[in-house]
Amino acid sequence: MCGIVGIINTDGNLIDGSQIQEAIRIQKERGNGLGGGFAVYGVYPEHTDKYAFHIMYEGDRHSPVIPIVEDYLMSKTYIHQSEQIPVHPNNRIPKGPYFKRYFLKPIDEFLSPEQTEEDYIVDLVMNINKMDGVFVVSSGKNMAVFKGVGYPEDIADYFGIRDYRGYMWVAHNRFPTNTPGWWGGAHPFTILDKAVVHNGEITSYGTNLRWLEMYGYYCLLQTDTEVITYIYDKLTRRDNLSKEDACYVMAPPLWEEIDRTNDKKRRYLRQIYGPAIVNGPFGIVLTHSGGAIVLNDRNKLRPVVCATVGNTCYASSEECSIRLLSPDVDNVWSPKGGEPVIFDLHKEPDRWAA
Amino acid sequence: MAEMKSNWKIISPFHPEFDMNRCDYENGCRICAGECSFGEISLKPVKGKNGEVIYRPWANLSACNACQRCVKMCPQNAIHIRHEPMHTSHGYWTTYHVHNIWRQAGSDGGVLLVGTGATGPQRRYFDHMMFDACQVTNPSIDPLREPMEIRRYLGMKSDHYGGEVGPQLKLEVPIMFGAMSFGAVNLRVQEAEAIATKAVGTYWNTGEGGFHKNLRQYGSNTIVQVASGRFGVSEDYLKSAAAVEIKIGQGAKPGIGGHLPGEKVSEAISKTRMIPEGTDALSPAPHHDIYSIEDLRQLIYAIKEATEYEVPVSVKISAVNNVAPIASGIARAGADIIAIDGFRGGSGATPLQIRQNTGIPIELAISAADRRLTEEGIRNTVSLVASGGVQSSSDVLKAICLGADAVYMATPVLIALGCGMCQRCFTGKCPYGITTNKPGLAERLDVKEASQALKNLLHAWGEEIKELMGSMGISAIEALRGNRDRLRGVGLNSEELRILGIKHAGD
Repeated sequence: MCGIVGIINTDGNLIDGSQIQEAIRIQKERGNGLGGGFAVYGVYPEHTDKYAFHIMYEGDRHSPVIPIVEDYLMSKTYIHQSEQIPVHPNNRIPKGPYFKRYFLKPIDEFLSPEQTEEDYIVDLVMNINKMDGVFVVSSGKNMAVFKGVGYPEDIADYFGIRDYRGYMWVAHNRFPTNTPGWWGGAHPFTILDKAVVHNGEITSYGTNLRWLEMYGYYCLLQTDTEVITYIYDKLTRRDNLSKEDACYVMAPPLWEEIDRTNDKKRRYLRQIYGPAIVNGPFGIVLTHSGGAIVLNDRNKLRPVVCATVGNTCYASSEECSIRLLSPDVDNVWSPKGGEPVIFDLHKEPDRWAA
Repeated sequence: MAEMKSNWKIISPFHPEFDMNRCDYENGCRICAGECSFGEISLKPVKGKNGEVIYRPWANLSACNACQRCVKMCPQNAIHIRHEPMHTSHGYWTTYHVHNIWRQAGSDGGVLLVGTGATGPQRRYFDHMMFDACQVTNPSIDPLREPMEIRRYLGMKSDHYGGEVGPQLKLEVPIMFGAMSFGAVNLRVQEAEAIATKAVGTYWNTGEGGFHKNLRQYGSNTIVQVASGRFGVSEDYLKSAAAVEIKIGQGAKPGIGGHLPGEKVSEAISKTRMIPEGTDALSPAPHHDIYSIEDLRQLIYAIKEATEYEVPVSVKISAVNNVAPIASGIARAGADIIAIDGFRGGSGATPLQIRQNTGIPIELAISAADRRLTEEGIRNTVSLVASGGVQSSSDVLKAICLGADAVYMATPVLIALGCGMCQRCFTGKCPYGITTNKPGLAERLDVKEASQALKNLLHAWGEEIKELMGSMGISAIEALRGNRDRLRGVGLNSEELRILGIKHAGD
């Protein structure tokens, strides 16, 4: 089942992590304690020009894979700063893997001519994730992901997310049905600055996976969320589709409607991106540094409600999370299946952050 | 010598048995004898009640092929076909082998010919794959309440926004009718195919026998073939259809050509194939202008030039071990569609030994080709069509899960027209009027009824496919192409699972 909440201040005002922690806490029965996580944007204003790698190492600080990964990163990037991510073990989560974060920039000379900087970073992430005992939790600029095995409010305490501030937050409460609960498998799932929290189970997984492999995306986690993240990345970053078009690829209008409206562009999109269609029940909040996208499967088989209060926008599996934070909210609606809701930041994120 | 001849005598394993209590012969009914086109049933004079001569049906025990025509046509339901082969007692030298040798030794020493697809005991992988279904964690979808889309587009598609999409075939069901030439079947069959595919929104295939002028009005639902004999091929021909298919091979006879005997080349066939009346129509084993992949590329582009790049070009090959690299080569040679025909694929006439012993199963071939094209990053540039042994709508969907974009079926078309699978297509004596042009037989097929039967079949399979998709939680069929996660093997070894790309059930 799973529960999701997203909060964005479209003016770019910073919100601390306590709000999202409370918002996801009251969706407790949508999870089972096997996974919770948070993504936050605008969190590292002093490092907006560097990729913030949050890396999880299985075991402790003596894990033999740490020097291998760090040697690899040093050979490929300039690491401007690295540090252990502070954690606060408690009686509900006494122990977790070892987390470090690195603020880094690619070594430009190493980029091959056809590669963009972002392609280069994606390759790094893919190569590290192929190693055993290590997992890149997040890799975007000025954003971070904190996640693990436990109820989300406990994960929040473990990482102390109250101490972080961002203009956009998403949270996930996991009820795993496919893959076993492990720290790397919790949501959100990210690539670069894109993060996805997802409630659902994708039946198109095998088709999506093979399509992504053609473009160098390797889905190592066997989770649906990973697939959605990569599809969105391929569509918007590599193929330069607009956010709306990317949503129409993932949850396309019916052929009947395309025929009726004779919409040539949508027919074209559906033809060439057939293997990128996402089938099965899903409700997702997909975030990137410029805003958030809320999308349901075409049949609306999972709940998602949206709301706006001034410049604060919400998306949630349950209306109660929104009412908890804004008791007087009056603009609440349930988006139709397959019709994306797009919340864009009014300001460029790095203009105010720097 | 007469005594020697008896050594090779084969009594047909089938014969009609008449329930004389039900038979209406006393009132002059002679329907069964008239319907039997193989000469198994004759009329035997007997004395009636009043001493007059009347005729009763009589089984000659020499020519029955179990086509079931007499059974279906008997108004009294008085006929049953019995199966009583001349058994051998030997466990190794079975009836099949003994009879084949007798047939060759006792006749003129020719190649044994048969019709339809391979009958051997090789594993039918479709039967060893089960669909995964939704329970609890994701809801199944009710196709009666929710939209369920089974439309497919076949043809070259770019893999990125802004790239080209070549000419496409639009299929409202993921099923096309496989190639059956005018000559192998008669014009009524082709007309029924054309009417049904036009009504439903899919395609039929002329085979290599040309495109009869009376059917050209259905060109927008027709795929025309260019085969090694080049029968009927002209610029008009290429331009008359929705797609052109280069036939390299056929699953029932990989690596060999075809032969339509001169006696079947009537005036109409002669005109359509553009060969003299009464001459044998011989299709060479290879195309004598295609001895390599670069030659194929030239033919593909010659056809594209002739059709002004307005229709997709398909290349049909038989499923062979090397199918994956061959498919890759064909894709890179510019084909828009690759049709792969497994060893179970049908044929109007094929040498028995070839049919039973050459080629590979379509399930393995389509999976291997899809995987190779995906690994090479060129899967989008070409559509894959699977054929050869598809027996049901679930086979269609399994082939799609293994990587096919759509499926060709032909034997089910014949069966839908009444065919009883007697395997005597090459004799020209088809009792159902399907694979014959003989006056008196061909008229047995009514085009209106036949086209309705084909529409019914396409509709039924389409509905079944929607049901299957709903149980898997899939509402758009493109989400199933190559979706091996929705299949599980039952009773397959790890090598078979690896080639199919599926997990074992329970895993």
